[in-house]
Amino acid sequence: MISKLRTRTSFLAGPYALWVLICTVLPLLFILYYALTNDNGHFTLDNFTAIADPIHLKSLWLSFQVAIITTVICLIMAYPAALILHNLKISNKSFVVFLFILPMWMNFMLRILAWQNILSNNGILNNILKFLGLGTIHILYTKSAVILGMVYDFLPYMILPIYNSLSKINDDIVEAAADLGAKWHTILFRITLPLSKDGIISGVIMVFVPSLSSFVVSNLLGGGKVLLIGNVIEQEFTLARNWNLGSGLSIILMIFVLLSMSIMNNEDDAGKGGMPL
Amino acid sequence: MKKIKTATSAIYMAIIFLFLYAPIFVLIVLSFNDSMSRTVWGGFTLQWYANLPFNDTIMDALFTTLRITICSSLLATVLGTSAAVGIHHMKKHHAAIMLGATNIPLLNADIVTGISLMLLFTRFTSLGEFSVVLAHITFSVPYVIFNVLPRLQSMSDSCFEAAMDLGASPAYAFYKVIWPELIPGVLSGFLMAVTMSLDDFTITYFTKGAGVNTLSTMLYTELRKGIQPELYALSTLLFLLAFVMLLIINFKSRNQEVKNEN
Amino acid sequence: MKTKKIISIITSLALVISSSALLTSCGSDAESDNTLIVLNYGKYIESDVLKRFQKETGITVKYEEYESVEDMYAKYKAGSINYDVICTSDYMIETLRSEGELVPIDYDSLPNYKNIDPAIIEASSSFDPQHNYSVPYFYGTVGILYNQNMVDEETVSSWNSLWDPEYKNQIVMINSQRDAFMVPLKMMGYDINTTDKSQLDAAYNKLCDEKQFVYAYLMDETYECMVSEDAAMAVCYSGEAAMGMEYNENLAYTVPKEGGNLWIDSWFVPRTCKHYDAAMKWIDFMCEEEAATENFEYVWYATPNLKVAQYQDEETLADETVFPSKDTLERCDIYKAYDKDTLDYTTLLWKKLKAY
Repeated sequence: MISKLRTRTSFLAGPYALWVLICTVLPLLFILYYALTNDNGHFTLDNFTAIADPIHLKSLWLSFQVAIITTVICLIMAYPAALILHNLKISNKSFVVFLFILPMWMNFMLRILAWQNILSNNGILNNILKFLGLGTIHILYTKSAVILGMVYDFLPYMILPIYNSLSKINDDIVEAAADLGAKWHTILFRITLPLSKDGIISGVIMVFVPSLSSFVVSNLLGGGKVLLIGNVIEQEFTLARNWNLGSGLSIILMIFVLLSMSIMNNEDDAGKGGMPL
Repeated sequence: MKKIKTATSAIYMAIIFLFLYAPIFVLIVLSFNDSMSRTVWGGFTLQWYANLPFNDTIMDALFTTLRITICSSLLATVLGTSAAVGIHHMKKHHAAIMLGATNIPLLNADIVTGISLMLLFTRFTSLGEFSVVLAHITFSVPYVIFNVLPRLQSMSDSCFEAAMDLGASPAYAFYKVIWPELIPGVLSGFLMAVTMSLDDFTITYFTKGAGVNTLSTMLYTELRKGIQPELYALSTLLFLLAFVMLLIINFKSRNQEVKNEN
Repeated sequence: MKTKKIISIITSLALVISSSALLTSCGSDAESDNTLIVLNYGKYIESDVLKRFQKETGITVKYEEYESVEDMYAKYKAGSINYDVICTSDYMIETLRSEGELVPIDYDSLPNYKNIDPAIIEASSSFDPQHNYSVPYFYGTVGILYNQNMVDEETVSSWNSLWDPEYKNQIVMINSQRDAFMVPLKMMGYDINTTDKSQLDAAYNKLCDEKQFVYAYLMDETYECMVSEDAAMAVCYSGEAAMGMEYNENLAYTVPKEGGNLWIDSWFVPRTCKHYDAAMKWIDFMCEEEAATENFEYVWYATPNLKVAQYQDEETLADETVFPSKDTLERCDIYKAYDKDTLDYTTLLWKKLKAY
């Protein structure tokens, strides 16, 4: 009786399965079709081999660098924050958690624009530095500015899953270790860190993937000097109107993302971190 | 020792929050700036707030954004919740396939998702507001599923079975036993869908039709000759609204806690 | 427990009702006959003019904007939207004309066309030789906007000031393929419409040299960047410059002695047009003196509408940034459309420059 019911309730996923088929799988087939043809509709592999072109290789490599640096900085910034948050002795931690999400309610484009005001040659940061007699720095429209923008944009995606996984750790284990004389760093590296591995992995995925393919941040903070693979793809679809090449490069990017994923994580628990409430 | 530790923690958190809120502070200041330029301080003014309701382009984009966000996140929540229940009851390898497919929009670059949907819509229907809603549903459903599914998995089936043994119909048992447990997951999935939909630019940019503008896509074109300052006013208001809502929720839940303790 | 129950009932009800209601309400985007789909540069119209047009004619306008000429071409060619009337620059109109994408304009149905300066119509013959397809909207030049406190007039009188190491990270270059290539071509004394690959290569090498000094490649934000004195000089359009000079009196604009580009943005009707009569009403409305005046006072590019001058004061009319002098115009050329081969070649060079 129960098992019959199980099969019946599994049909609840039916509408969604249909949706996935039409709105996720079918569009991918479209991309694949474009990637495998040239503008006359003939079969070709040129759009894939185009990745070997120095321009594309260079931008892919640059994207890879930017994505890794962004992810590492996010992780370094987020882990202590999540840990501190976890150890806070207040009754309503979800309030503080929400403070991390709140900036997202201000439009992302505007927030990045505000960074232009802060970082520009004659901007807020440089004026503060000048006031303190520290000289000025040239940061806007460089790779560093793009990385800063991405770290800013994706930091919450790192903090939340880590915090989530930390709050699942049984405090008794930590206390027991402390009672048995373990030092704080032993506890951190032998207990807390391994037990929050899931959160770290989903955080890394949630930061790494979008930063590998982003094009808006580099458009706004890169001043047209930082060409990431996302920018190349966007320009193929817009300015250069070469949808076939754009599709080919998209698929390469996708494969690249999937490869990096499978290296980091061979289970399918991406994104399970979710948002705590 | 302990004091130093709390002090460092406090300083660290302060730096993180400064980093997160610095641009927001800049935007709030700009909303009171009496100049069309965002780099010149022209004195304090409230005129952008006063003008806001009469600025048709902005109000239009705001309402379009809200329509799209509410439509897509509600539908995504319904679709995602029922999908999560279905997937939970599936055979293992079927569930694995479904979850794999669910991961696609999360793992795929926004630009690839956006473009592939554009290719689909231009082939079969036309681009408009409706196509944006469909696209937003597509990328928000996974967030709902991944918020609801863990709730289901952490629940034991025995309560449900017990309810059935006691003569409840499956629907009634679901409503009485499972649904109350699911609500937090459904709500957080919904909230996440709302946030994602509000913040999305790339996918909207590629799937929108003529004359359809959300706040994000409008901003992208607005950049050309400087942003209308009313936009700073609008985003300040939206931000404050979210903040106040957060305070109210916080206050309420604290009250409830106190009550529960009593 | 009771509150929990109520919440659960409300949430479930809300979800079901709203989802079914929304499914139907979001549905149709049906296009009625009384609409007009317009594609124009970003912020290239006074919003009151747009409002007034809709009120006076009862036509609903779906207004779309784009950033650069290449953007417009991509949007149009994507074919997902059937535009009725488009405004774009000279050489793109030529390209579209040669592709057979244009529909002739019925000038008899444009009573206000007589307001347009015959000299500008004459100049349009470079891209519309028989004057069948276009109605001029605005025109202007490409030159250097500079900060007088940081750079003296003498320096910027030549394009090679943009290669001056003294201004490293102080130079804003224009982020548009055609305009960016125009600069080194003019500087080296070549024709801006050259199809000679060795000349284009030489221009490309120059641009690569310049990249180390460039603060940013910008279009949209150029004037903000100059107003805030983040950069010393910028290659930009005359209207962008006029806008910047309004906010910062240290700024000045010049077209270097080697000459520059004169561009004319015009309205045309593409083949995808479904509402021809409405499109004619739109174009005529843009030529009307009141609308043209409002638009001019908003965008600050030179208007070809002769009726606008009577509403302007001496100072505006004498402003050479807005209305280029005869002397300047003689130094400037209009772009001609590239053939496909040259277009592909410069697109590739541009991409290489960006990745350089």
